[in-house]
Amino acid sequence: MSVNTGGPRVGLFVTCLVDLLRPNVGFAAVKLLEDAGCRVEVPGGLTCCGQPAYNSGDLTDARALAKQTIQALESCDYVVLPSGSCAGMLRLYPELFAAEPAWQSRAQQLAERSYELTSFLVDVLHWDAVEAEFPASATYHDACSGLRQLGVKRQPRQLLDKVSGLELREMRDTEVCCGFGGTFCVKYPDISTRMVDDKIANIAETGAQAVLAGELGCLLNIAGRLRRQGSPVRAYHVAEVLAGMTDDGIGGEEA
Amino acid sequence: MKSTAHLFTEQARAALADDSLQAALRRAKSGFIDKRAAAIAAFPDFDGLRERGRRIKDHTLAHLDHYLERFADAVEACGGHVHWARDADEARRAVLDICQRAQARSVIKGKTMVGEEIGINGALEQAGLEVVETDLGEYIIQLAKEPPSHIIAPAVHKTRAQICQLFAEHHGSTAALREAPELVAEARAILREKFLAADVGITGGNFLVAETGTVVLVTNEGNGDLSLTLPRVHIVLAGIEKLVPTLDDAATMVRLLARSATGQEISTYTTFVTGPRRANEPEGPDEYHVVLLDNGRARMLADEFREMLRCIRCGACLNHCPVYSAIGGHAYGWVYPGPMGSVLTPQFIGLDGTKDLPNACTLNGRCQDVCPVKIPLPGLLRRLRDLQFERRIIRGPQRWALRLWGWVARRPRLYHRLTALAARFAPRGAARRLPLDPGWTRSRDFPLPKGRTFKSAWQERQRQENGHG
Repeated sequence: MSVNTGGPRVGLFVTCLVDLLRPNVGFAAVKLLEDAGCRVEVPGGLTCCGQPAYNSGDLTDARALAKQTIQALESCDYVVLPSGSCAGMLRLYPELFAAEPAWQSRAQQLAERSYELTSFLVDVLHWDAVEAEFPASATYHDACSGLRQLGVKRQPRQLLDKVSGLELREMRDTEVCCGFGGTFCVKYPDISTRMVDDKIANIAETGAQAVLAGELGCLLNIAGRLRRQGSPVRAYHVAEVLAGMTDDGIGGEEA
Repeated sequence: MKSTAHLFTEQARAALADDSLQAALRRAKSGFIDKRAAAIAAFPDFDGLRERGRRIKDHTLAHLDHYLERFADAVEACGGHVHWARDADEARRAVLDICQRAQARSVIKGKTMVGEEIGINGALEQAGLEVVETDLGEYIIQLAKEPPSHIIAPAVHKTRAQICQLFAEHHGSTAALREAPELVAEARAILREKFLAADVGITGGNFLVAETGTVVLVTNEGNGDLSLTLPRVHIVLAGIEKLVPTLDDAATMVRLLARSATGQEISTYTTFVTGPRRANEPEGPDEYHVVLLDNGRARMLADEFREMLRCIRCGACLNHCPVYSAIGGHAYGWVYPGPMGSVLTPQFIGLDGTKDLPNACTLNGRCQDVCPVKIPLPGLLRRLRDLQFERRIIRGPQRWALRLWGWVARRPRLYHRLTALAARFAPRGAARRLPLDPGWTRSRDFPLPKGRTFKSAWQERQRQENGHG
């Protein structure tokens, strides 16, 4: 692959879930960004964006992790994340520093340069020259934070449209939450299970062979329930399909 | 009403296992959502209307003292009386005093959520008065001795079979499964007698108009109109946040309310009531009272939950909440369920017995998208989580797990060493059981790491590329 040395310097923040549970998503994101002409860096000093702390009321840790993230990403032209909720968290950083103006302005600068992956490719780079093959039918789940906070809806579909062999079948209630909700799924497993069952029924109704999304949390939830039910439907992050880097799916046996 | 919000988890579990409740919820959900969507698609600029609604409410709340005084003056000027109630107890006593002075024996009620909030039925019954709900849904749950499970469709959790059974028990009619029109006719015949015999009619108020002292009442059954025209005395129960400055503002709010609540362009009955019967009028009550309830609202006005006071009780956030749709309203344990209730209940009864309410939410944001007055419900729920954490209402393993995770995540070198180890030694595939798992693997496999973290694989790739270059 050719690396364009004149393109924007993009800091890739793979997110903590991708780092630990699905590194393939990170490499798929690197490939897509390089294909689109970016110089990709993976800055050190990153762990988690702080979303679990922020959403659990632990503002001390949320602020500390935000500062750590701001420092690590300060030198990049853009910051790209393969997750709508983590990109959304970076966009919310300024709210955390109402009492610290210096940090608030650094947070603001980072927020303005931070994007979810598919929205960065389509809205910022105006790039959709996807070269990938996925000879199967798939349905796309609109993860909530990306959809409602960042307006990610048409971008992944525009890119998926370029994947040869892929037949996209829209499901009913594709914009309804899958029941993941961060710590919600372990605090209220009964309600969460009922929600993911509704999601899976809608996936099954399309007859699609795969379910795609731009959010690993949702995918772990959906894939985990599909596996438990013995369903043959495979789950992938949208970046994996767009980069032509699919294996037997999230939760599968292939290394 | 005594709160059972502290039993949320158990109540939610029971609701999920209740087949007839689940059938009722499924039916209701699609009805509400589809009708609202159609009504909004037919409106040229609904988002513009929402913005106008938001501004009207924000302006009113910013000058609430002024508009409350104007409203009270206007009500008095047209011969009505205003009663100020600081809390539920004062509101109950105001209503009881009015009833006793009027030597009332029977009371009919239109639907009022403030009535539920202050537990007015129980107080009146204890004082020896007969109380009859006249909204069909409220009437059904009054027979069943249950609280409402939805703020605009109180009996939404009941199936037709259950209603037939209830009517058979209380009316002595047949227990066979009957069609809705027949049930409505039966209830109507019984309620007609109650309407004619009642001394006092109690209703809520959807909007209170400051410039004229008018109360706007929205119903689909006409029971509100009968409740306020037939008895000698009419009492309106309303929260102080129901004010709008002008009749024009009320018209804007009514357009928002009907579309958001039931997908109607306008409700079947939209009534503007201004004072008692005048000398030249053929009908109407002799006495007209408005009880204005604070009960924590003035405190909200001064704090970070003020935006919640914009709420017009349309129920759209309930209808679009996937958690509410899964468990129904009773699981929330108090008067107001769903997203709006999860913000309001801790305001009214405290943070301590309501720990689950702000947490039983995935922050998916659909409620905020459909709210007619743009209340940032997920943000307010998250703010309540901050307060819970601050005040150590979140304790024990949950708190320590979070702090421990935070401590490690703030140390990138340690964090990456630990995650690399976990990735290396985890078995392949997906786990059916996990140690220390609070709930994931009960119903789901957990997709495990695959030997390496991204970080370590990336570093190796960089080393190789540098070595070759």
